[in-house]
Amino acid sequence: MDLNYTHEEQAFQLEVRQFLAEKLPPEISGKVKSKKRLTKQDSETWHAILNAAGYLNAHWLVEFGGRGWNAIQRDIFDVEANAAGAPRVVPFGLNMLAPVLMAFGSQEQQSYHLPRILDGTNWWCQGYSEPGAGSDLASLKMSAVRDGDEYVLNGQKTWTTLGQHANWIFCLVRTSREGKPQQGISFMLVDMDTPGVEVRPIILLEGTHEVNEVWFTDVRVPAENLVGEENKGWTYAKYLLVHERSGIAGVGDALASIEHLKQIAREQKKDGKPLAEDALFAARLAEIEIDLAAMRTTNMRIMQAASDGAPPGPEVSMLKIKGTVLRQSINDLTRRALGPYAMPFVSEALDIGYNEEPIGPDYANPVAADYFNHRKTSIYGGSNEIQRNIISKLMMGL
Amino acid sequence: MDFSHTEERQMLADMVGRFVRDEYDIETRHANARSDDGFSRAHWSQLAELGLIGALFPESCGGFGGTGFDISVVFEQLGGGLVVEPFLANLLAGTALAASGTHSDVLDEVMAGNCLLAYAHGEPASRYSLSQVETVAQKSGSGYRLNGNKAVVISGDTANKLVVSARTAGGNDATDGISLFLVPADADGIHIRSYPTIDGYRAAEIALKDVEVPADSLIGVEGQAIALIEQVNAAGTLAVSAEALGAIDVGIEMTLDYLKTRKQFGVPIGKFQALQHRMADMMTEREQIRSALINAAGNLQSDQRDWHMSALKNLIGRAGRSIAEECIQMHGGIAMTFEYAVGHYAKRVVMIDHMFGDEDHHLQRIIKLGAIAATAAATA
Ligand SMILES: Cc1cc2nc3c(=O)[nH]c(=O)nc-3n(C[C@H](O)[C@H](O)[C@H](O)COP(=O)(O)OP(=O)(O)OC[C@H]3O[C@@H](n4cnc5c(N)ncnc54)[C@H](O)[C@@H]3O)c2cc1C
Repeated sequence: MDLNYTHEEQAFQLEVRQFLAEKLPPEISGKVKSKKRLTKQDSETWHAILNAAGYLNAHWLVEFGGRGWNAIQRDIFDVEANAAGAPRVVPFGLNMLAPVLMAFGSQEQQSYHLPRILDGTNWWCQGYSEPGAGSDLASLKMSAVRDGDEYVLNGQKTWTTLGQHANWIFCLVRTSREGKPQQGISFMLVDMDTPGVEVRPIILLEGTHEVNEVWFTDVRVPAENLVGEENKGWTYAKYLLVHERSGIAGVGDALASIEHLKQIAREQKKDGKPLAEDALFAARLAEIEIDLAAMRTTNMRIMQAASDGAPPGPEVSMLKIKGTVLRQSINDLTRRALGPYAMPFVSEALDIGYNEEPIGPDYANPVAADYFNHRKTSIYGGSNEIQRNIISKLMMGL
Repeated sequence: MDFSHTEERQMLADMVGRFVRDEYDIETRHANARSDDGFSRAHWSQLAELGLIGALFPESCGGFGGTGFDISVVFEQLGGGLVVEPFLANLLAGTALAASGTHSDVLDEVMAGNCLLAYAHGEPASRYSLSQVETVAQKSGSGYRLNGNKAVVISGDTANKLVVSARTAGGNDATDGISLFLVPADADGIHIRSYPTIDGYRAAEIALKDVEVPADSLIGVEGQAIALIEQVNAAGTLAVSAEALGAIDVGIEMTLDYLKTRKQFGVPIGKFQALQHRMADMMTEREQIRSALINAAGNLQSDQRDWHMSALKNLIGRAGRSIAEECIQMHGGIAMTFEYAVGHYAKRVVMIDHMFGDEDHHLQRIIKLGAIAATAAATA
């Protein structure tokens, strides 16, 4: 055991800091820090900058052009990038589809799609959930029927995050109704410009357009867009979910959010004194910091075990639960820190170009919206109830 | 003891409940909230005619209610419909008038639905403190000149008249020296900036710059308004807590219904014990909130008022918030949408934590009141 960074790790941290200082555009980090809405263009700009520096896929296996970053390096990058106000990288192609293609895709799929994920030609979205198939994903109904060299897709996906920006979607589809539901699922790559694909917005409770319904009517997909074998999609789907959950602890985001909260608590006054000095508030904040310090190490321990060869196991479910609940509690405390100024909400003020005076302190407007929006984190990616079921089954043998 | 409402009060509750059920579905509510005024004047008049405003004030002031239970039954039903019409603002400002015994003609107009009031007390730096008033009222001729800023004034953008607190004496945080004034919202020097709140209501930032008001605009006695302010605060706390309970009722009902109808893994999700037990806890906590509401309503005019109001509001912030979050969680993704109503109920319940003091504020007040009582007992 040694909790100090090695020389290499120190050097790496410096390298990352320098990169962020030089390359992260201030107008983008400014938006992130003031919690303004990012445009599609902002995400693409940052994606391209990371790619040019070789950071975008640094966690990929070396044989696929990655640097094979270990858990410590990933933690360092995550924490530094968040502290600097870097936007979250859209994960669907890079962190979800790519590992599946590397493990199960054909050579052609790998050489066609992986470079296009990196250079930003293709923006991917995730077509897993359906109206009737959420937690019980295996009950999904969207059908794919083989017709010569093509599959014909019919059905509906929902909750498709940022589907409005995407031009490709990976879908779980039903290719067989025989046997257990898991046995008839296939993993399909679909160009969203194909006739018959329709994206409809879903507006979230705080008013943002973040998710969509995606409808498929007689959508013809070339058979070579099937990943791996027909009816084996469930295996790939689960492999992907483990990868989806591996960044989910959100340590860097949590640390940056706590810093933001502390800043607010220093500025807000309660009975004439800084809120940060209020005993109850300070106690709540301290508890969160205790949990976060432990979680950062838990995250590195679990991810370290994984990167030493073993695939991440059911322990990532612990990270999903702890990581989401912790960040929700930061959102909750930030909301409270504002007092009455948590209530006003001017949606347009989240867009660049809004030039009116803020209502109350300039950091107030997005806070309650963030609190409500982040209720999603304990629902998506496998709800926290489902994570507990996974822990019960796979770690406890119950 | 008797835990049933009088017949009149039950009829009042049923009447509001019927209005919400028959004429105020969630689409109507959103349409009202989105309209220019942020509420419907037609619905406001209709409810005024039904006597709903009069129910909030005592007979001595021309109303026919005004007890804690009158306020709580009305607001509980309003909460069930997420009603955006400005009942709260008029309760607050009207209570100041009623309790002071001044400006009864204005209160009559309010009860008739012809005049809208708002209560402009909170300030940008006051948070939940009642005595932190930086707005000043200087003597000017025979009247006063007001200067200052008021923050998050509920329904402050559509009111005809404002009840404004201002300091006529004393330092920033002194309980003595605060006065209340009744000021026309269109008086020279008043600037009102309107905005929506995240839960679909309206509020305003109000700047007062050299606003001249006559001497008779004073509400009650100069410099002695703190008792009125505390009374207004108690009525407001009771009202929004009752509203939260009404919203919680709907949230729980919708969630329970969903547990019975939403199927995953071939069974209604309500079959999963992990959810059953949490639902059972939510139902228990809801009864706790209802009891705290009864305690508080029954003590609105007693010397135990502050303790019970704080107990209630702490519970709303603590158990109410947890119920709201659980309503979303146990629904899954559907509750995250604007279209599905449960998220709006959750938003209201959580935002009520930001009115008249949050969970922590009231926890600290309970501790303080306990310490005062202990000192009093020791010195008695
Ligand atoms: C903002 C947002 C973004 C999303 N993005 C995407 C995306 O990009 N792509 C995609 O495919 N999906 C996405 N999802 C969908 C997400 O994965 C599902 O919402 C999630 O799987 C839960 O499914 P559900 O919403 O149908 O809830 P349900 O499965 O109906 O669950 C309802 C409740 O029942 C509980 N429950 C269900 N089964 C059990 C059980 N066995 N034991 C105990 N409790 C149980 C759940 O935990 C939940 O509390 C997103 C969701 C949201 C809210």
